[in-house]
Amino acid sequence: MTALREGTVIDHLVAGTALKVLFVLGIEFEGAVTIGLNLDSVKMGRKDMIKIDHREVSQQEVAKIALISPRARFSIIRNFQVVNKFTPELPKLIENLIVCPNPSCISNEERVKTKFGVERSDPVKVRCHYCERTLSEEEIKLL
Amino acid sequence: MTTPAAGLEDFAGRDLISMRDFRREELLAFLDEAQRYEGFSEPILAGKVMGSLFFEPSTRTHLSFNSAMQRLGGSSIGFADAKVSSTAKGESLSDTIRVVENYCDVVLIRHPREGAARLAAESTSLPVINAGDGTNQHPTQTLLDLYTIRQTRGRLDNLKIAFIGDLKYSRTVHSLIETLTHFDNELFLVSPTSLRMPASFIDELDDRGTVYTEDEDFFSIASDVDIIYTTRIQQERFPDPIEYEKVKNAYRIDRAAIERIGGNVTLMHPLPRLNEISTDLDDFPGSAYFAQARNGVTVRKAVLSLLLGQSRG
Repeated sequence: MTALREGTVIDHLVAGTALKVLFVLGIEFEGAVTIGLNLDSVKMGRKDMIKIDHREVSQQEVAKIALISPRARFSIIRNFQVVNKFTPELPKLIENLIVCPNPSCISNEERVKTKFGVERSDPVKVRCHYCERTLSEEEIKLL
Repeated sequence: MTTPAAGLEDFAGRDLISMRDFRREELLAFLDEAQRYEGFSEPILAGKVMGSLFFEPSTRTHLSFNSAMQRLGGSSIGFADAKVSSTAKGESLSDTIRVVENYCDVVLIRHPREGAARLAAESTSLPVINAGDGTNQHPTQTLLDLYTIRQTRGRLDNLKIAFIGDLKYSRTVHSLIETLTHFDNELFLVSPTSLRMPASFIDELDDRGTVYTEDEDFFSIASDVDIIYTTRIQQERFPDPIEYEKVKNAYRIDRAAIERIGGNVTLMHPLPRLNEISTDLDDFPGSAYFAQARNGVTVRKAVLSLLLGQSRG
């Protein structure tokens, strides 16, 4: 992979989640997007990685990605320099990001913002504010 | 009336939606307060109106809330069948609540959808009481169960409590077990494999450090327990009727069973019962299931008074 001039590097993604992350970020990119799948990793065994040219991810996007891959590591690049490097922390309450998979939950019937309390960050465990069901990382579906 | 007792200051105007919203100290303070409502019927809620919205049928909860309200001098309006409400015309729950709040001082809601009571509470500034939201919560049932446990055993800690029957779908059992994690007890979870406690609840017991054993055989643990809490195994949960036939009488408790496990046990059941507890145990001193129904009114009197800003403390 070539060095980035401006943009975001998302490293340490759980292997197999890169395409999901791209889906979260949408398909409209100004610059090149480089994806590494199933790369060797000392820490993780296997990992995915994404480099996005000319785009800095938003806090909302970071929170979504943290739900998919809680140990993801973000590097914001400006003029070839890493200006910010962080592993995201999930907020205590996640609003309007997750759809409740419980068909009988009132949030699937009435027009309300979905709300999920974060009970654990790694592995992720969230609880629906309305029906109180807990969801693990694999059960989370994003809006 | 008087100033609320310590731990109960925040109850006035508050909602009662989920047992997850309670802290241990609040539970204990509430149970102390509820005790003051035993046999109490003075018109401390005169002029207050309860809006009782039952979007699905219920006999016991509906009647006991009405009884509690009327014994304290208040009155009740509402419906006991969603077909007669505006929901049948397509009105949203939030709109229904915004209309009803103009007619009453406290809203009581039972709804088939999980989370409906929480949404109702977000739609009004009046106190909202959850009288059952789908398979999720039924907090006054849990409060009356705790009240009955303390009444019969004199404490809420250091007890051996067996839950028997449908541990997969029983809202009553889930809520009581979750609430008991505030206390130090040993739990026995007895059910057929197909009706075991869901993994998410087992996870929670592990997280809270609660001591528990799962078993299919009631008699392997029964001689040791202080309380047996048994529930109805619902036929509609079984797609295969043969499977239902296999388990329906598996945990039937009768006088012979009680003699076999020793007499000093409290028998609890949220009712209605089918075959789970034999009628020959109705006069057994440890049978507490009709006391639970009686305590339902006591506990609901306390809930209504506290939420409406009254306290006997």
